Amino acid sequence: MEKIIVVQPEKCTGCRTCELVCSFTHTGEFNPARSRISVFTFEKVGFSSPVLCQQCSTAACMQVCPVGAVSRDNKTGAMVVNSSRCLVCKACTIACPLGATFYDHVSDSILKCDLCGGDPECVKFCPSGAITYQEAGEAGLARRKAVAAKLKDVYEEVS
Amino acid sequence: MYAWIGQVLRVNLTDATIKKEKLDPALLQNYIGARGLGSKLFMDEVNPQVDPLSPENKIIFMTGPLTGTLAASGGRYNVVTRGPLNGTIAASNSGGSFGPELKYAGYDGIIFEGKAEKPVYLWINNAEAELRSAEELWGRNVPETTDMIKQATHEEAKVACIGPAGEKLVKFACIMNEYNRAAGRSGVGAVMGSKNLKALAVRGTGGIKVADRQGFMQAITDARNKLKAHPVTGAGLAAYGTNVLVNILNEHGGLPVKNFSEAAVFARAENISGEYQAEHCLVRNKGCFGCSIGCGRVSRNRGKYKGIGEGPEYEATWGLGPNLFIDDFEAISKANFLCNELGLDPISLAGTLACATEMMEKGFIPREKAELRWGDADMLVEMTIKTAYREGFGDELAEGSYRLAEKYGHPEYSMSVKKQELPAYDPRGQQGIGLNYATSNRGGCHVRGYMTSPEVLGIPEKVDPDSTEGKAALLKIFQDLTALVDSAGICLFTTFGQGLPEIAEQLRQATGLDLSDEEFLLAGERIWNLERSFNLLAGISSKDDTLPPRLLREPMKGGPHQGNVVRLELMLPEYYTLRGWDQAGVPTPEKLQELSL
Repeated sequence: MEKIIVVQPEKCTGCRTCELVCSFTHTGEFNPARSRISVFTFEKVGFSSPVLCQQCSTAACMQVCPVGAVSRDNKTGAMVVNSSRCLVCKACTIACPLGATFYDHVSDSILKCDLCGGDPECVKFCPSGAITYQEAGEAGLARRKAVAAKLKDVYEEVS
Repeated sequence: MYAWIGQVLRVNLTDATIKKEKLDPALLQNYIGARGLGSKLFMDEVNPQVDPLSPENKIIFMTGPLTGTLAASGGRYNVVTRGPLNGTIAASNSGGSFGPELKYAGYDGIIFEGKAEKPVYLWINNAEAELRSAEELWGRNVPETTDMIKQATHEEAKVACIGPAGEKLVKFACIMNEYNRAAGRSGVGAVMGSKNLKALAVRGTGGIKVADRQGFMQAITDARNKLKAHPVTGAGLAAYGTNVLVNILNEHGGLPVKNFSEAAVFARAENISGEYQAEHCLVRNKGCFGCSIGCGRVSRNRGKYKGIGEGPEYEATWGLGPNLFIDDFEAISKANFLCNELGLDPISLAGTLACATEMMEKGFIPREKAELRWGDADMLVEMTIKTAYREGFGDELAEGSYRLAEKYGHPEYSMSVKKQELPAYDPRGQQGIGLNYATSNRGGCHVRGYMTSPEVLGIPEKVDPDSTEGKAALLKIFQDLTALVDSAGICLFTTFGQGLPEIAEQLRQATGLDLSDEEFLLAGERIWNLERSFNLLAGISSKDDTLPPRLLREPMKGGPHQGNVVRLELMLPEYYTLRGWDQAGVPTPEKLQELSL
């Protein structure tokens, strides 16, 4: 079954390890500015979350591409950019609702998460389990259970 | 160049000039980076007798070769200067993203010299760097300053700044980066204040290369796996933060109470423990840059001391808590938030308040000055603010415990070493930490040779805390390794779970330096001796390698270590010998030659 990336912001410590491993894997350098995953931290309320491509089923990047350079990898389900076709017109960077497809001025190319060919490095390195790679059918289960646990606490408090 | 950038910025604040300078590769090999490299550059350029708050003093921000890489917890930078609290060489260490961002912008560090005529801040946007007016920022606290600078520069800029405490030259003012991370000790914030330097802001979008990509990936994967498997770095620190130590040290009988005047056992420790924090106040765990441990805490107070912020860490919890006989966690937390906002070191603040309280209780400081009493949480919050702004009695507290106690005729009530306040471990319950306090190159400090690790936590293996035997030899290794760790740009906490072999391997793969484990440790020893040499030239010598008289002469009043004093006289001569120093604590010519100093 196809796997998907699941982000749980409540577990994210804001450490940015994912940015380091992503940029190193794809560019050979440690450079968060060229990472395909970015962590945003709101210091005053103590909230952090990684943001990355969710490999949309209806992918705006693919629909907007004038030369058909964006396609789904059948093996991993990732939307990938064929760099030999890509004009670097950047229409996909405008269309992406998550801002997760963007232009890299160093390589003059479009960057987005490619799921590392089916074995995402950010998932392997995330120290707190905030980014996981799960079977699509299982993905919501942990979150649903957490909600149920909260309900249980409330129930216990009032009963 | 690999791992290092090979370039620093030199900012002359007097004539407002900024230059880029290349770093000598030989210096990098010998002094590694951050604490070591910063200290070497500082010592080459500054007279050790310089007045710390004069324009002639310099202040150096320096990263290490592993800063900004995937090395576990590799986000540290150091601030090196002659500290105003005690005149030793201060290397104050902080995490967060500021250090990495500086490297991504293309610099290993920044050297500030002179004094600006009016308040300024430095804005670095990759290759561009400029001094900007900070007149509108002067007087603002850390969150306000950070917000305003981000708004004026770039929303992803990383900001390090001082608060009112640094501006008012409080002797233990910090430099805060990204709101809550602190280069906390020795008063480095006051040096920025004395130079009219309010802040530094950096935006960097470049990269860092390593010498062997596959080899480095293997080395950091091995190290991270070790940290994950270790009970402290993989479980304890993540679950309860550094406050996991409250109950541990209390059970050990080493949690100082009322300015170290009572048995080091606090009856109400559970009210202020990491477990309490997790249950009642925790918003979430917070990790510094690249950190796999995540010991930071975001805490929320409700009710009277309402607020949200980071910490308190163990040292602050103890100092603002048991050492002042306060057991209200939310009051402690509130005072700690204020320290972050105002830019104050909570360890020295707490030590100074404890000293003042004891002296007032004993009648040595008149009560007209302030109504300090043990256990008064509201007074703690009030005095934190007054100290930062030097209002009323706060002006006297702002000088630190030693100057305060000396002024009122009783310096012995200052629980400090070399005028820097002691942290949260009573050395009468741990002989080795006593030797560490006495010999630390920046005075009272736990992060120069953390003997609590073997003596209390049993890492790497348990040693008898009450014995003096073998402590000098063990401490020397801890001090040298810590100097290496601080210079590499990684967090000291990783050494609970990894040792010299792992750290040396990460350094080799990242930098390409062909050095053995022992040669890397020797760099740590070189850095230790360099700092010692600076202090000797600054007039700080073996006469200062001592502890407050209370810890040497007043037996512990109760608990597991009842009756103990620190037997420094049994350890110090052996320590000097093992260090290759003469009995006056001066490195011998042979030792200096061995270390190429």
